[in-house]
Amino acid sequence: MAVAGSILPLELRDLRFVAGGRSIIDGVSTTIEAGPATIILGANGAGKSVLMRLMHGLLKPSSGAIAWRGHDPERIRRGQAMVFQRPVMLRRSALANILYALELARVPSAEREAQAMGALREVGLTDVAHRPARVLSGGEQQRLALARAWALHPEVLFLDEPTANLDPGATREIENVIKAFDASGTKIVMSTHNLGQARRLGDEVLFIHQGRLVEKAPADRFFKQPASAEAAAFVKGELPWI
Amino acid sequence: MISTLGEIVALSLAVSLSAVLLASLIGLPLGAAIAVGRFPGRRTIIVLLNALMGLPPVVVGLLVYLLLSRAGPLGPLGLLFTPPAMVIAQTILVLPIIAALCRQSVEDAWVEYEEQLRSLGAEGLRAAFTLVWDIRFSLVTAVLAGLGRALAEVGAVIIVGGNIDGVTRVMTTTIALETSKGDLPLALSLGFVLIALVVALNAAAHLIKEAAQRRYG
Repeated sequence: MAVAGSILPLELRDLRFVAGGRSIIDGVSTTIEAGPATIILGANGAGKSVLMRLMHGLLKPSSGAIAWRGHDPERIRRGQAMVFQRPVMLRRSALANILYALELARVPSAEREAQAMGALREVGLTDVAHRPARVLSGGEQQRLALARAWALHPEVLFLDEPTANLDPGATREIENVIKAFDASGTKIVMSTHNLGQARRLGDEVLFIHQGRLVEKAPADRFFKQPASAEAAAFVKGELPWI
Repeated sequence: MISTLGEIVALSLAVSLSAVLLASLIGLPLGAAIAVGRFPGRRTIIVLLNALMGLPPVVVGLLVYLLLSRAGPLGPLGLLFTPPAMVIAQTILVLPIIAALCRQSVEDAWVEYEEQLRSLGAEGLRAAFTLVWDIRFSLVTAVLAGLGRALAEVGAVIIVGGNIDGVTRVMTTTIALETSKGDLPLALSLGFVLIALVVALNAAAHLIKEAAQRRYG
């Protein structure tokens, strides 16, 4: 499925990433299509975060290829945003953090403020727009990170275990924002080791085990009838290091 | 002597603060650029910069003296034995301290910020500038270390300044002079004034830094 002018689909061909003599990502080939929310599922250390960083361009693969649709590198870069496990906020107000991102994305200065306030409204943070971002709670900072991504209107949003450090209440709020992103047509690619979250948010699952893509399946089928032994064990909670 | 104490303190502050200002203007961007830059010879430069923090003041004084002396390359400027000569010497002395400490702070921050900034599209000088501004309160420490060094040193200012009464006499050179003349009580009391001044400056900077950190996190 290729929408005109879209940077999707994203094709990974025999992707490898070696660090310190160890293969962190070991021959992953797949296609990420526009549409369904993709969950990258796997235990800690399976290589989920590294795989996302390779896709987003923060890491260079040791071998293999990452091919977005189209040839304009600038458009491909601006078509993506990423939210990290730990939000990194600058020592300025919540609003100024979003304005900074918009400035880097070359949004005309006259439009920045309205766009940033709109994004803050989307995540319910208009009240704290002028508070310093670093003094917000962990959950608020993560919502701010989502607002910052939202303001950029990315076509693809990468989320690297966005709720791993949060309590259940904050996690629910973050999940709601992610659902809103999904509903607005943004392609979600999210890593998690949390089965419940994968069920709630995922349309398709990429199951990663020891750097390999073991299984790729629609979410409901993956959870009902995992095809591989590793995935079956993971779903049952038998892998001891989860 | 006592009547000119105020002038001596004022000159000390003027010379050292000017030197620290100049060294900050050069050293902070330099340190940040080395921190985020990736270029050949980077590690050598870092080692050299760190080593230069221990630059002996008398050697710097001697080099600046040679540069500014009548026969030296900058001799025609006629700066030797003037306050500007002292500022030049202290700037050279303080620059590596500020640049090296800034380099370390920015590099530590870069570890935390790198992925986020690169994801947002900030790289190179843009990223360096963002980092320096974001850790500006921590960089106060680097600048203070430079100021402490400048106010405390005697070797460089006495060689290029000449300790001329009413022209280039600062606190440290006065202390050295009074000690050699045997007026130990005066030397000692000047010493306490100098220490009190350094403590007061550091306390003020620390309070500002703390207040700012509470405000901005």
